[in-house]
Amino acid sequence: MINKSNPPHSFTKTKFVLRKERYQTASKALFLIMSGFMIVPLLFIIAYLIYHALPSLNWEFLVDVPKRGMREGGIWPAFIGTLYLVVISLAIAAPIGVFAAIYLNEYARDNWFNRIINLAVINLAGVPSIVHALFGLGAFVYAARFGYSIISASLTLAIMTLPVIIASTREALNAVPMSFREACWNVSATRWQTIRAIVLPNSISGILTGIILQVSRAAGETAPIMFTGVVFYKAVSRGDLFPYHLNEQCMALSMHLYTVATQVPNVKESIPYATAVVLLCSVLLVNVSAIVLRIWLRNRKKW
Amino acid sequence: MNKLADREIPEQAKLPRRSFLALAGEKFLELIIRFSGISAIIFVLAIFFFVFREAFPIFFSDKFNLIKFLFSTEWYPTSVLNVRYGTLALTVGSVSVTLLAMLIAVPFGLGSAIYISEFCGPRLKESLKVVIELLAAIPSVVWGFIGLTVMSRMIVAVTGAPVGVNLLNGGIILALMSVPIIVSISEDALKAVPDSYREAALALGATKWQMIYRVLLPSAKNGLLAAVLLGVGRAVGETMAVLMATGHAVQIPHSILDSVRTLTANIAAELGEAPAGSDHYHVLFLTGVLLFLLTFVVNITSDFIIRGVRRK
Repeated sequence: MINKSNPPHSFTKTKFVLRKERYQTASKALFLIMSGFMIVPLLFIIAYLIYHALPSLNWEFLVDVPKRGMREGGIWPAFIGTLYLVVISLAIAAPIGVFAAIYLNEYARDNWFNRIINLAVINLAGVPSIVHALFGLGAFVYAARFGYSIISASLTLAIMTLPVIIASTREALNAVPMSFREACWNVSATRWQTIRAIVLPNSISGILTGIILQVSRAAGETAPIMFTGVVFYKAVSRGDLFPYHLNEQCMALSMHLYTVATQVPNVKESIPYATAVVLLCSVLLVNVSAIVLRIWLRNRKKW
Repeated sequence: MNKLADREIPEQAKLPRRSFLALAGEKFLELIIRFSGISAIIFVLAIFFFVFREAFPIFFSDKFNLIKFLFSTEWYPTSVLNVRYGTLALTVGSVSVTLLAMLIAVPFGLGSAIYISEFCGPRLKESLKVVIELLAAIPSVVWGFIGLTVMSRMIVAVTGAPVGVNLLNGGIILALMSVPIIVSISEDALKAVPDSYREAALALGATKWQMIYRVLLPSAKNGLLAAVLLGVGRAVGETMAVLMATGHAVQIPHSILDSVRTLTANIAAELGEAPAGSDHYHVLFLTGVLLFLLTFVVNITSDFIIRGVRRK
């Protein structure tokens, strides 16, 4: 029987209900604050870095060479050296990574051998960067006799970025619906024809985004390159676009930041800050453009 | 019976035959693809082989003793009279920095993951995820620089410690670095819990918070554990940030304001000075082998846990 004199909207909250609602509000506020703690202090830190970097942040700083034992001047050789390392290492890692992902996603059956490959990829992604440095030193510098050179450092970086390229490419390939492939097989296309005509065109955007994200990772790493081919200082003429040979050592932005921050006494105060800001901003710029590209492509997707 | 075979097939009905070159090219490409697929195994084995190969000669040195290497705190690799290679202080340094980082990062990481996955609207969720992705992209050397400048000044001002680069500094920096990976993996784990669980709990009159800690957390606990393990893996293996932020004293820390040195930072700091082929050089490679095995175990374990979640 429904009691007409006491309709549902006059339901009064008991103290248990009140308590659980209080907990609910408190927990929501707590988690919001926790998320905020992750982000807000960082904004302050970045603002602090930029504030201290301001006296040096100008075009001259970017295109000038370091002067007076790196206490003054710019970062051009380091900047261009990082560009060299990133381009060469990705030129090596991207094809191997994409092919490996094609194998794992399109060819491999679910057997013990391919499970071992998967474990190897996961493990490769977790190897500490300093162990990559030791490997690069042992394998490329000494065993392969490349010496301390751009090529050794790039190869080390390439192996470090490889597992992440494999993972992101697999994700992109996996997003292509199975029915697309089946339709193609049904008109008697071979596996490779299907991949070239259907799978790759439909996933190329995701693959590219994954590779662009690795640009920033390769640019920021220091440990793997500092023992395989990057030096503290190398004389380069101002604004030179092709200053290095592949079998020479070079400077790199991340290593340069480490050097001016810890190894060089009496540096002009704003220089390490400005180096950090340039490195941080170029890395974040690359990432933001990859994310924008991804969002734009996702909205354009037809299926 | 042969009539069908004898009948002439009109030219346009014949399938266009692919040339021998095209077929061979395709086979060749598939060979390359298969080889690239195997490359990951080759590289893992190569890393182990080459790092171990450079470490191996140390076992024949009379100054080296494996027990002392693992359990002695005396690290004097360049001493003229009495060279001692004990890595216990370095191991303790690594472990204590990682522990401190996890103490900070795990609650904040899980809290943010819960907020992103359960409480906030789709717009905020999208932007928070982008911010976390950007956080993960900040290079470790920049984190180290932040530790060296901003964080160390703050620590000196707040605690009155004589030096700002210490265990606390390294812990905070490592926590900030491993929070993004913890958030994204635990967010995945929470997303993997079926919506019917949530609906069932809410239908019984549970508030969101009750639903989270009675239903969501227990059913996602394996995924959350894997997230924490991956964070540990990242923190143990981190080099440049701890090299710059933890100070340079090889010692067992007695408080969180003591300077420490970790296994990774030790390699980075001393490899440049160790002449190739010397005992010191081989010992540094041996600590590399130790690190490789350590992260190998952590990664494989977390992968098995994640896979167990998927199978369910």
